[in-house]
Amino acid sequence: MAKRVGMEVAIAASEAVALCNIDMAAVYPITPQSHIAEHLSDIIADGRIDAEFVTVESEHSAISCVAGASATGARVYTATSSQGLMLMHEILPIVSAMRLPVAMGIANRAVSGPLNILNDHTDIMNQRDAGWVVLFSENGQEVVDLTIQSFKIAEHPDVRLPTCVNIDGFQLTHVVEPVEFPEQKLVNKFLPPRKPFATLHPDKPATMGTFAMSDIFPEVMKAKDEALIGAKKVVLDVFAEWKKLFGREYRPVETYMADDAEFLFVTMGSMGETAEVAVNELRKEGIAAGLVKIRLWRPFPLDEFRAAVKKAKILAVMDRAIVHGGMGGPVGVEIRSALYDEKTRPAVHDYIMGLGGRDVAVTDFVKMARASLEAFKKGVRKDYEFYGVRG
Amino acid sequence: MSLIQNFDLYAPKLVDRKEYICSGHRACQGCGEVLGVRLVCKALGDETVIANATGCMEIISSMYPFTAWEMPWIHVAFENAAAVASGVEAGLKALRRKGKIADRDVKVVGMAGDGGTMDIGLQALSGAMERGHDMIFVCFDNEAYMNTGIQRSSGTPMGASTTTSPAGKVSMGQKTWKKNVAEIMVAHGVPYVATVCPSYPLDLIRKVEKAKKVKGPSYIHCFTVCPTGWRSASELTVALGRLAVETLIFPLYEVEDGKYRLTVDVDNPRPIEDYLKHQGRFRHLTPDQIRMIQERVYLEYNKLMDKVENLQAWSDLKYDLGLLD
Repeated sequence: MAKRVGMEVAIAASEAVALCNIDMAAVYPITPQSHIAEHLSDIIADGRIDAEFVTVESEHSAISCVAGASATGARVYTATSSQGLMLMHEILPIVSAMRLPVAMGIANRAVSGPLNILNDHTDIMNQRDAGWVVLFSENGQEVVDLTIQSFKIAEHPDVRLPTCVNIDGFQLTHVVEPVEFPEQKLVNKFLPPRKPFATLHPDKPATMGTFAMSDIFPEVMKAKDEALIGAKKVVLDVFAEWKKLFGREYRPVETYMADDAEFLFVTMGSMGETAEVAVNELRKEGIAAGLVKIRLWRPFPLDEFRAAVKKAKILAVMDRAIVHGGMGGPVGVEIRSALYDEKTRPAVHDYIMGLGGRDVAVTDFVKMARASLEAFKKGVRKDYEFYGVRG
Repeated sequence: MSLIQNFDLYAPKLVDRKEYICSGHRACQGCGEVLGVRLVCKALGDETVIANATGCMEIISSMYPFTAWEMPWIHVAFENAAAVASGVEAGLKALRRKGKIADRDVKVVGMAGDGGTMDIGLQALSGAMERGHDMIFVCFDNEAYMNTGIQRSSGTPMGASTTTSPAGKVSMGQKTWKKNVAEIMVAHGVPYVATVCPSYPLDLIRKVEKAKKVKGPSYIHCFTVCPTGWRSASELTVALGRLAVETLIFPLYEVEDGKYRLTVDVDNPRPIEDYLKHQGRFRHLTPDQIRMIQERVYLEYNKLMDKVENLQAWSDLKYDLGLLD
């Protein structure tokens, strides 16, 4: 049985990467991701793992560099945040279209302007349609587990798509949490060496990243979409294997006291644990509250999500990004769309909150729940609102 | 695999007979750039991986489901060829060290046009060269964004009319002097920097072979005539390359460890007008403007010759390593 240790979560993420026998990493420093880059450099500098660490001059080059290395058949990792992810944006859909496995950690942070270094989900939501597998972690242990799993998902022959693990900046990256690292021997069993489809090498010259016009471009897009939709099965298999080997169970959609709940919070990322406490508080008051946490954002787990919210009357969506000029936040928009064709569907109240690191406490969750229940009772429609924001 | 006609008669020992970018590609008639690519690849040989930027060479060679490439080749985007190449280099290095691929040297080569090198790709190039990857970067410089329709770049020469620096009633065309990226690469401390032109094939091949032997980064600046963008006759491509050298506007030289050497001597330089007059992009220039360009050509050439005559190689400097303690 592996030992539990207290460790800063960003450091733990690098330690998880170190267990994965990577060949190469290219990382550019950015707060709050930097501890991942620094500790991974330490691990490589101490010779604990045999890998190339490329100190690129930008995030654009970081993602381009790992794409090039992935094309040689190497196992690659990068990590970033906020503006860095925005700078990578151009290359992200190319990496997925080229079906290059890349594992990436994202220390989620608000996107400028104004400049802000604290946590929300604006950075990843701007990459929603890049064709990557997108996972959200809730605590330190999940960061360790999902990071290791992300390599397996990305490299799986039925997926071959870049995969990212979202780690809430500061709220998660910079806190010390109890984590348990799986044993190297078991990780090796779980994650065997990569078997690339094609590689860049003179022994078997391949042409990668060709020019494609309208006679083939739509087919490439469809193939990428099908691969991403199909990735859910692989994610489920990977979760199942993880449970068998390491005992911890993961689902694309997690629930907490949701079975008989009429009111459900919907969260992503580290906010889930605070919301659990709020559910306990509401239950004490006799309110049938519960919680649904979306772990797998892309591909969106439609069946699992619909099943999880089937009996609820109200969904209060905790959105940590905005679809400017649209219908609230990206998660709210997604959920409304997912439920539109259902025979019975709950009311969806979209709360845009926790932007730029604004703290959201248990009492805030309780307040939002009360407001939603009140509106529901009165039959008032609630599309979206900025919670706790002045002006 | 096609062979050069009468190859055995002309240069059996000087040029690799194998074609690495094969016929059937979509380059324009008289394209100097694809000629440059062809010769560079011949000099590189089999043990090569190419990372190509978006641009003419990518478009004409990789129209799915076809490929003109007999070499392993990757294209990701426009500005990142040097970053992709450095990733390929790092990947191959790690895989070789860990025994996952064959234990032999494979040279990684980044390729881009003047826009992909001198403008949008300059940051990635600077990063890759500064980090010291074992790679060659080749800029195929046809002096404008030809693939998108002849827009000016920082490689466009003074006075050239392009679609975004057009000559007009109050404009002489391009109003800036050409950016000297070879010098910027020398300033990075790159061990081998050279300028080449496919009109001088043996000079080009020898320099690329030299770059291939360098353990570390090297930079080749390849001057390539573009009949479409320059509005020159396609049969003049090779001649225009020679005129660029003979008029001193594009001297052929190499810089090894900081030591400059002129590789093609021009005993009797021709007036710049001989080069300009064949090109529609310069047709509007007045005698005064041509004189201004001529003066600048001499100035730049004299600066270069000063370096050729006076600069010492870095490797000749005797460092007293004891001082570092």
